[in-house]
Order: sequence, then C-alpha cells, then structure tokens
Amino acid sequence: MSSTSHAAPAALRPPQAVGEAGFLSRWRVPLSIAVLCVLPWVLPSQALAVNVLIYGLFAVGYNLLFGYTGLLSFGHAAFFGGGAYITGMAIAHFGLGWFPAMLVGVAGSSVLAAVIGALSIRTRGIYFCMVTLALSQLVYYTALQASNWTGGENGLRGFTVAKADVLGFTVNLLDPMQKYYFLMVFAALALWFVSRVLNSPFGAAIEAVRENETRARACGYDVERTKLLSFILSGALCGVAGTMSAIHLSIVPLDALHYHTSSIVVMMTMLGGAGSFFGPFVGALVFLLIEDVASLWTSHWQLIVGVVFILFVLFLPKGIWGTLIAWRNRP
Amino acid sequence: MTTQTTALMQVENVGRTFGGFVALAEVSASFERNKVTAVIGPNGAGKSTFFNVLSGVLPPSTGSIRFKGQELAGTKQHRFAHLGIARSYQITNLFPKLSVQENVRVAAQALRTRYNLVMNRSAYPELVEKADAALAHVGLHAKRERVASDLAHGEQRALEIAIALVADPELLLLDEPTAGMGPEETKEMVALLERLATERTILLVEHKMKMILGLSDRILVLHHGRLIADGTPQAVQTDPEVRRVYLGQNDGYA
Ligand SMILES: Nc1ncnc2c1ncn2[C@@H]1O[C@H](COP(=O)(O)OP(=O)(O)OP(=O)(O)O)[C@@H](O)[C@H]1O
Ligand SMILES: [Mg+2]
Repeated sequence: MSSTSHAAPAALRPPQAVGEAGFLSRWRVPLSIAVLCVLPWVLPSQALAVNVLIYGLFAVGYNLLFGYTGLLSFGHAAFFGGGAYITGMAIAHFGLGWFPAMLVGVAGSSVLAAVIGALSIRTRGIYFCMVTLALSQLVYYTALQASNWTGGENGLRGFTVAKADVLGFTVNLLDPMQKYYFLMVFAALALWFVSRVLNSPFGAAIEAVRENETRARACGYDVERTKLLSFILSGALCGVAGTMSAIHLSIVPLDALHYHTSSIVVMMTMLGGAGSFFGPFVGALVFLLIEDVASLWTSHWQLIVGVVFILFVLFLPKGIWGTLIAWRNRP
Repeated sequence: MTTQTTALMQVENVGRTFGGFVALAEVSASFERNKVTAVIGPNGAGKSTFFNVLSGVLPPSTGSIRFKGQELAGTKQHRFAHLGIARSYQITNLFPKLSVQENVRVAAQALRTRYNLVMNRSAYPELVEKADAALAHVGLHAKRERVASDLAHGEQRALEIAIALVADPELLLLDEPTAGMGPEETKEMVALLERLATERTILLVEHKMKMILGLSDRILVLHHGRLIADGTPQAVQTDPEVRRVYLGQNDGYA
C-alpha cells in the first residue's frame, strides 16, 4: 500500500495521470479479477455472488458513461435488458449456440445504444436523463407488446443453456460454481476492456469532456462524437452483463427493461463510487446485501435502500470505494 | 488593398444578434501575420462576442470570416483548433481536477489522436514533451504535477495560455488575459505576452490601456457592437469618437 511514496504527494495527482498510476490503479484488472474469484467463497450465498458479478459489471459499464464521461443516463436498462432479450431470443427462436447468441446480444445492445445515444447526446443535464428514460421506456413497451417474440409480461423463457463446451471442456451450467466461473470469464474480459479504454487516448478525451466540455471543444475534441462513442461502449458493456444474466437465469424477466433496473444501476454506481474502477462492484455488493438483509425484515426494503442511498449522496458523495481511495491518497 | 494577399484572417461584415439584440454589427477587418491587435471597448461592447464568433463558439448571424482563404462561417467549433485558431476565455476555463501537465497534454492530444482505444496514452511521449515545453514557456514547468485548481489565479490564466499555445496556433485569441489579476501577476502576464508578441499573430481583448499601448501594433475599438475605430495606437488614442466613448466613462484610459 506504500508504493506511492515517490514523486509528488499522492493527493495532488489526478486519478488517471499519465505514468503516475499507483499500485491499485496499475494492477486494477488482476486485483479486481482476484476479488471476483474469491467472491463465491466469502459471500453468504452463491446466488448473491453471481448477482454481484452481473450487476457489478452492469454498473461498471454504466460507470464508463456516468463516472468517466459525466453523463447521467436513466435508460441503461434498455442495454442490459436488450442484451438479455436478444441473447435469449437468439437461442429460443433461432437455435443459436450460447456463444453466438451472446455475441448477437452484445452487438444488439450496441446498436440500441448507438440509436438511443444518437438521439439523446445533444441534450444536456436533466433533459438527457429524460430523453434516455423515455427512449428506454419505448424499448420496454416494445418488448411488452411483441409478446410472440419476448413472452410479454411473463418474460422470455425456454432457452436454458445446460452446458457449454469451451475449448474441449464441458462446463456444467447447472452447477452453480461452474456457472459462476464460466460467467466470470466474460466479466474479466469486460473489465480488461474497460481498463484498456481508460488507459487509451480516448480515455483521456472522455475525461477532458467530463471535466470541461467547453474547454475540450476549444482544444479540438468533437464533444458529441466522443460522448456518443462512450455511450455505445457503455451500452455494449451493459449488454454483456445482460447477456450473462440471461444465461444465468435461463429466463429474461420483463423487469430487466424496466426503469427500475435503470435506477438500480445508478444507485449501485453511486454507492460504490462513480469514476472509480472497482467502485461499481462494491456498490453492487452493498446494494444487493442491503436488499437481501432488509427484505428478510420487511417487504418495504426498497425504502431502506432509498434511505441509505440518500445518506450516501449527502454524506459520502464519492461512494464507499471512492472515499477509501481518496482517503488512501490523502497527503 | 495589398493586405488582401497577406492577411491571415479576413472578417467581412460580421454581425451577431441574440434574439432581437444586436451584439455585433457590420464588423470588417483583416489581420496580418505576426501582428498583435488589441480589441478594446466599454463593457458590453461586443468584444467577447467578436472573439466567440472568430473562434467558432458562436456562428455569425451575418457576414463571412476567411482564415487562410477558407470560409469559416458554418465550421464546427472543434475544427477551429485543428485549423490553427486557439483561444483563452475571459473567465478561466481549464480542466480543474486534472494535473497542470495533463491539462496541456490532453490539449496537444486533441490534434493527434481522439478516438484511439488501442494504444496507451503513454505511447505518445512527444505529447508530454510538447506540454512541458508549453508550460516552460509560460513559467509553469515546476508546477506541472499540481492539480490545476490548486494554482493561484494568475497561474491558472497562464496555464490557459499554455493550453492554447501547445496547439502551435497560427492565430491566438486572448480574452482579457489579465482579468482579475493583481499588479504583480499582471506584470508577469505582460512579460509573457511580450514574449509571445514577437512570434505569433495575436488578437487581444484588454481594458488596461497602458499595457495595450505597449503591446499592440493596432487597435480596434468596438462600441455597441460596431467598429468605431481601427488604427495604430497613436491614431486611436487621438480619435475624437474614441475619446467621446471612453472619456468620463472610466479611468481605463489612464
Ligand atoms: N449568449 C448571449 N446571449 C444573449 N446575450 C448575450 C450573449 N452573449 C453576449 N450577450 C450580450 O451581448 C453584449 C455584448 O457582450 P460581450 O460579452 O461581447 O461584451 P464584452 O465587450 O466582452 O464586455 P466585457 O468587457 O464586459 O467583457 C452584452 O450586452 C451581452 O449581454
Ligand atoms: Mg468580454
């Protein structure tokens, strides 16, 4: 933890400064994967672990847009649910194998993100929230109406993937542990990809846009295009999470597209710490733990989640992980 | 008109309205290379609006702007930096939470690579070198690891100029670079501007007359959005219309 004793005081360094990443930052992908590896052994249930994995990745994808690019979308359920539905339909209606089905799911959510992004990116602040919300509701109602394809209110069923053949091995997806590590591979790849994006010149561009749009534009960045690309990448990552959820549950509940799902991912990201690499997983874990515990006491558990969320926004705006990182980097 | 062939930028009949309000009207001027031109005028005269139009922040309502022979009206703002026009703002406009060096490096990166997901940022050491050179030019090299918002006001103004300089612009627009500065900071900024004046084409909005007279080759005077004078500092100083607009209004003429 003391690997930052060189050069300028750590607090004076920006989070992503070139060549100055601290230990946690430099090793963020392997460290994150290590944590995900032990998750099913330390959490009270494997069901919780796999949910942390899926929703954590959903929040990581959301964080790319919200935490790193500075855009508050209220429509990301469309990409999570979209990825899940398209994967499910590809298997159920077209008989695709699990892997091509997942690819189609991610491609589909990227296209959806490109469309919704293109329609919303020119609006700002609360209008951006509202436009993304409205467009994702359009996706929700489309899924509700197209019940021949989607199963409507009952959700999409009938595409159980019982086993997956990977490189000569057969993974038994009915075994919770095997399923967890199978899905974790996709989360790991997605995390590696996000880290790649953040380290790239494009990662510097979205940071510049988040920090000061006017200045970024004056420097020569096409702000709208930068935001749109970030929106699409974010949608694709959320699509990966959705597609994992479809394989995990073997059903796609209509709720996956509901705006409630959009609000969950906002809360998870903020609880953990927007703009931090691992924060979204921490947020997902805390959110799901509160949900687990609180729903034992009362059916009004959402109220408790809401109160916790408000307390965080008021008193710990950097979120749990973000606050820890800031505390570690204090002078 | 021999200037037609050598002018870097030609502005013809440029106007800008906000709703019904005329902020800028029928401004024509051409700017030659390696000259420093000051734009002065009372508050609300349209100086910043003029700069906004010249830097693509606002499209002109009327008229044409030619830069190296190319029409700029209708060009998107982010293109201006690529064409060679950089600016600073009247109100400090930085990336406050990024390091001083990253502020300048990311500006240099904009002209090099923008949508690149494949490479590492650190794969472009020349951008860091450029940033450091620009920071050295404005005297901020020693503070390059600081967070921009931690700098003193005067240093932030200098940083903004470094951000503009790193693009190696052919035309530099500086909107009140000494705004809000004390006498010490102003002195340093004037020294910096004097260094820049020898090597760049600069348009400068300023209220401090003494400074303008020392720095500029030419002065434009705006009043109610109109160009009321355009000439050498001596000519403008003695222009009766300019004296009428300025005298008794404030002591900016001291
Ligand atoms: N975006 C805008 N919308 C509406 N009115 C504007 C806008 N920008 C400028 N104005 C108006 O145009 C006029 C000229 O403003 P401008 O900022 O160009 O003046 P200025 O000469 O830079 O003044 P100052 O010395 O105070 O900076 C002012 O009356 C201002 O209120
Ligand atoms: Mg002004």
